[in-house]
Amino acid sequence: MIRLEKRPQPSRLMSALTPVLAVVLTMVVGGMLFWALGANPFEAIRTLFWDPLFHPQFAAYSRPQLLVKAAPLILIAIGLSIGFRAGIWNIGAEGQYIMGAICGAAAGLAFYPSDSVLIFPLMILAGALGGWAWGMIPALLKTKLGTNEILVSLMLVYVAETILGSVATGLLRNPEGMGFPGSRNFKQWEAAHNAEIFAGTGTHWGVVAALIAVIFAYVLLSRHMLGYQVRLTGEAPRAARLAGVNPARMILFCLGLSGALAGMAGLFEVTGPAGQVTIDFGSGYGFTAIIVAFLGRLNPIGILLAGLLMALTYIGGELAQLMLGLPAAAIQLFQGMLLFFLLAMDVFTNFRIRLSQKAAA
Amino acid sequence: MDLSAINPVLLVASIMVSATPILLAALGELVVERAGVLNLGVEGMMITGAVVGFAIAVNTGSPLLGFVAAAVAASALSLAFGVLTQFLLSNQVATGLGLTLTGLGLSSLIGKPYEGIKSPTLPKLDLGPLSDLPVVGRMLFSHDIVVYFSLALVAATWAFLKYTRAGLILRATGESHDSAHALGYKVVLIRLAAILYGGACAGLGGAYLSLVRVPQWTEGMTAGAGWIALALVVFASWRAGRVLVGAYLFGGVTVLQLNLQAAGADVPVALLSASPYVVTILVLVVISARGHHGAPAALGKPFHATS
Repeated sequence: MIRLEKRPQPSRLMSALTPVLAVVLTMVVGGMLFWALGANPFEAIRTLFWDPLFHPQFAAYSRPQLLVKAAPLILIAIGLSIGFRAGIWNIGAEGQYIMGAICGAAAGLAFYPSDSVLIFPLMILAGALGGWAWGMIPALLKTKLGTNEILVSLMLVYVAETILGSVATGLLRNPEGMGFPGSRNFKQWEAAHNAEIFAGTGTHWGVVAALIAVIFAYVLLSRHMLGYQVRLTGEAPRAARLAGVNPARMILFCLGLSGALAGMAGLFEVTGPAGQVTIDFGSGYGFTAIIVAFLGRLNPIGILLAGLLMALTYIGGELAQLMLGLPAAAIQLFQGMLLFFLLAMDVFTNFRIRLSQKAAA
Repeated sequence: MDLSAINPVLLVASIMVSATPILLAALGELVVERAGVLNLGVEGMMITGAVVGFAIAVNTGSPLLGFVAAAVAASALSLAFGVLTQFLLSNQVATGLGLTLTGLGLSSLIGKPYEGIKSPTLPKLDLGPLSDLPVVGRMLFSHDIVVYFSLALVAATWAFLKYTRAGLILRATGESHDSAHALGYKVVLIRLAAILYGGACAGLGGAYLSLVRVPQWTEGMTAGAGWIALALVVFASWRAGRVLVGAYLFGGVTVLQLNLQAAGADVPVALLSASPYVVTILVLVVISARGHHGAPAALGKPFHATS
């Protein structure tokens, strides 16, 4: 009979190994899925994970896309992971991302067509504030009234989406856009354009911000008192309280930080790769970032790698759509499966598997 | 604005129809949570039920078969959640989220060929003289069978939890799994059964959405209905009767805002479209301001028998 025995401490080796195992398992099961959809499984996996980087024809285009897609995922996931560590479940990052984009874009557009160098920093600030404010709603409701932050932050995603629909066709619509929905195109406005810093690499300011966030989170969690308190709150809430950690401040900090980072990600997206505020500029990064956070073991360095891997599946998914005719939804399912297998594999991190005779009880 | 365009009889009738999906899903989740498990995957199970129910109904021509298939499919999906959380002891919040993300992907994959098709829908039940009553007949007694089934399920869930031995054991599991385990009850199996039941209910709710309420398949059509069902359980303080009240309240808000949009009310459309979600938040706030009560003590806590 198989028995689970709790490890005194989570295994470090297993903790590092499980994401790899999960990826391999997802590839196997995903391959079977693609096979069932009528594609050659080996070709499909190669298209997903290999071709975006090394295909002789497409790689030149898709390699820079890796950073473009990974940046928002990493930026959002870093914020989420700090909250998740403290047991604070912000799952409405998609809403904070949208509100950040709207606020940042609006702040910039108010000064159109100024060409001051201050425009873009102002927009970043406004974007972070927008996301922060949207994250503060569940945070304040949680601290003042004890309302469940999971449900509130999620409901706010739908509210943010209706606001986006409204401003993209109303308040922020391009007055010179001949009535088409969508704001002015930031790519045509030098001062507000989140342009590539090094041409052909995909490195825009969001990538820089994501890297800073990774370093910041690493230092915070491993070297700073606040990071220690975050970890303590998650692992032993009672002990944290006795040690003088203020739970309300912890909630405000975690939701505020993840909101601000998601808002910044939204702003970088809307001024760079997306170019304008449209109804559907979001691409669901806020939800995928949840998978990234877990896949990276809530660890900043892990999240960096997980974000790159997840970005790879996004680009590979587009290639697979183009070359093999695989539906876009198959990739979404693939990403969901990855999270599932990862959570399943986690049992090896926290438990030892023991085989024992049934009689021994 | 022309409010006289809103017919009160049809309004009540459509409130009942629009409340049924979330009522079914919330009743299922209620049982799951009373067993001490927090399954955040309701949205994913609902949309899976919606697409599978629709596909089967279109292919077989029988909406009832569609409902059965939806319940089975969503239940099968919830089995993944059950195995992960109960046997592999994964985090329930994360696994539930994973279930939702997986369900959304799976459903749009299955649903691609079914977009823009009409499905056979459920016939209205003929209740004889009751249906012929002047106003009340059209309001309450001219619905399809699932509406009445969901109402019966409210009573059944209430009676099951309050009066049966199995219901008592289920509640004990949710209040204190260690005590239930010490008394010799199989905590893991009880919870697994509750999870499967919750999945089936969510599947039925989803199928009602795609087969009766809309009736069509569009990607992401549940649009947060599963999350509203989760909020409903909190709103209802984990009691079946109050789930009914809550579901009809939310159904009312949804239908009313649609009617107001159609009547050209002098309110921004965005505000109206967002109103079901805003109302959900407001209700959660009011409920939580009153303080916590009714939540099963072991809700969301993993159970691992040490010996």
